[in-house]
Amino acid sequence: MTLTPVLTAHWDEADSHTIGGYRRHGGYEQVARGFELGPDALIQMVKDSGLRGRGGAGFPTGMKWGFVPQGDGKPHYLVVNADESEPGACKDIPLMLANPHALVEGCILTSYAIRANWAFIYVRGEVPHVHRRLRAAVREAYAAGYLGRNIMGSGFDLELVVHAGAGAYICGEETALLDSLEGRRGQPRLKPPFPAVAGLYASPTVVNNVETIANVPYIVRNGAEWLTQWGTEKSPGFKLMSVSGHVRRPGVYEVALGTTMRQLLEYAGGMRHGGEPKFWLPGGSSVPMLTAEHLDLPLTYEDMAAAGTMLGTATPMVFDDTVSVVKAITRWLDFYKHESCGKCTPCREGTGWIAGTLHRFEAGQGTEAELGMLEELCAQIMGRSFCALGDAAATPFPAALTHFRSEWLAATHTPADQAFDPVAATVLAAGATR
Amino acid sequence: MSISEQARAELAELAGRYPVARSALLPMLHLVQSEEGYVSPEGIAACAETLGLSTAEVAAVSTFYTMYKRRPAGKHHVGVCTNTLCALLGGDAVWEAVRERAGADHDEVSPDGLFDLERIECQAACTHAPVMTVDWEFFDRTTPAQAVEVLDRLAAGEEVRSTRGPVVRGFRAAERTISGIDDDGLAGDGPNADDLMLATLHAAAERGVGPADGGPAAPSAAVEGRPQA
Ligand SMILES: Cc1cc2nc3c(=O)[nH]c(=O)nc-3n(C[C@H](O)[C@H](O)[C@H](O)COP(=O)(O)O)c2cc1C
Ligand code: SF4
Ligand code: FES
Repeated sequence: MTLTPVLTAHWDEADSHTIGGYRRHGGYEQVARGFELGPDALIQMVKDSGLRGRGGAGFPTGMKWGFVPQGDGKPHYLVVNADESEPGACKDIPLMLANPHALVEGCILTSYAIRANWAFIYVRGEVPHVHRRLRAAVREAYAAGYLGRNIMGSGFDLELVVHAGAGAYICGEETALLDSLEGRRGQPRLKPPFPAVAGLYASPTVVNNVETIANVPYIVRNGAEWLTQWGTEKSPGFKLMSVSGHVRRPGVYEVALGTTMRQLLEYAGGMRHGGEPKFWLPGGSSVPMLTAEHLDLPLTYEDMAAAGTMLGTATPMVFDDTVSVVKAITRWLDFYKHESCGKCTPCREGTGWIAGTLHRFEAGQGTEAELGMLEELCAQIMGRSFCALGDAAATPFPAALTHFRSEWLAATHTPADQAFDPVAATVLAAGATR
Repeated sequence: MSISEQARAELAELAGRYPVARSALLPMLHLVQSEEGYVSPEGIAACAETLGLSTAEVAAVSTFYTMYKRRPAGKHHVGVCTNTLCALLGGDAVWEAVRERAGADHDEVSPDGLFDLERIECQAACTHAPVMTVDWEFFDRTTPAQAVEVLDRLAAGEEVRSTRGPVVRGFRAAERTISGIDDDGLAGDGPNADDLMLATLHAAAERGVGPADGGPAAPSAAVEGRPQA
């Protein structure tokens, strides 16, 4: 069975977001256990578990922690990336609403492991209810003595601050996030140095995704081996996969890595009109799209890479044949253009050019020559931008052209809204199951 | 307007929460918006003074972020997600309906000053598409008719609740909550998780799969609020 209710195991209990609800199922018991093990053993345990970052890039978490220099005399920091703004990703927000204490306990264990006495959770600004739940959880944890000075008599001190962003997708990029957390414009920094060496306030800093950190208490409770019972050697564990789009039961599915899209679709009740998706994206708008051909591939880092895409945030968006690929891609490029921070030329200028050209296709006024020009533009941006947002902006179009060339050719004479009735794609359309 | 002594004290309190005071600038600007209704010149000056920065430095930061308004905001901020997934599933239609009802366009305030409209990007709620937000509280799976009804009820002064629980209280109150300066007492409002967020547990129950967290299982009858079989 590939359903794995771990982080989600008790979300159906009315008080799962409170300290009482969390402790009922053994919550916070791992803090004492972590202190017993000691920082190095904790880092080793997370290394052994094979846990990979859940923020999109899949970097091995224990290895990242291991990069933090020890005994360097500098303060160390933990920064949790709760900016969740990747189109398609909606897993960290539900997690923080329903189980914020797993994140708090994870922050305590991680900070102790990397020898940090300050931790910050950078939450995107637009979600006040998440701020409330998380701040309430942090208050409860302070009151219970899990945060603050000399936690449980261990001699370990930790201050945990819930911080608010203010609307900027680029602040999800870890170095832009750090600049933003320092009270500056959120623009990416040159790497190296990596945050583990020179991060917040130029000190060693670990930046991890919400879900990554929330995994930690469960790994400490059950051991490194436990995580490897799911997934593959390269992609061990389970994952919160939000499934959205034209499925009967969109929602957050917590499953073993390696689950296929076909299996996920079955959990999600299938496509709303039956049949198969026209196209789907395994992990956000920044990864190349796939089609019905790819439904049986395991959702792992390595299998997605072999298929020419990426697992990314592992939050599939699924579209049926009512959707115009041209319109979908155009809207995503509007997003990247809007969110480009303007620091480097290929991305700042390139996203504008691509979006402008795509709008002509959406209006049925593209030309075949422009298809080649778009490919060329994307190739120019890819790998030449200052940060990964530029690469992300250059990603959607080439895959869409590969899979749906005839639709792009049709967009040289027929507007997208004529080729595809916009009403048919909505959830209000006849046959939508709601 | 001028920044009150109490607000100045609160700005200083936010600054005191960080190892380096400047880190508080984003929360401070949220607090300024709750006091002033936007990032006013006085608010910028108060932040600059608190942090020992120039007003130009503070203004350069505030203009980078879309949540900060450069002119007085309407009473309620109304956002409609028009990123691809929401847009296709109905967000474009919701946006048109909201625009028509309010008589304003993107980044404009309705003539009656009630609604401040914004086409917003993905809100990490795609499972709930199409989504609208009012004062940054979610209205999930919204139809054009429902969206207009929400605006009508707000215009009539009625109490309106987000589909996730909290009551809509206006842009300024939301900004105060986001700043984190104090507790608005609403953390317990609404469910932990709605049906869509409970998808794992629904699918697991249908297939007889239990918790996999390795923790002590509580007797379910003892758990208040767990739906009894
Ligand atoms: C444009 C952009 C946006 C990103 N947004 C997020 C985000 O919202 N949340 C996140 O955890 N990681 C995001 N990332 C990835 C982070 O840079 C970083 O890899 C991640 O936070 C590391 O945590 P992990 O190792 O636990 O995955 C983003 C990256 C880019 C380039
Ligand atoms: S690639 Fe885009 S977002 Fe990244 S630094 Fe350059 S302009 Fe900014
Ligand atoms: S696309 Fe609208 S919430 Fe994600």
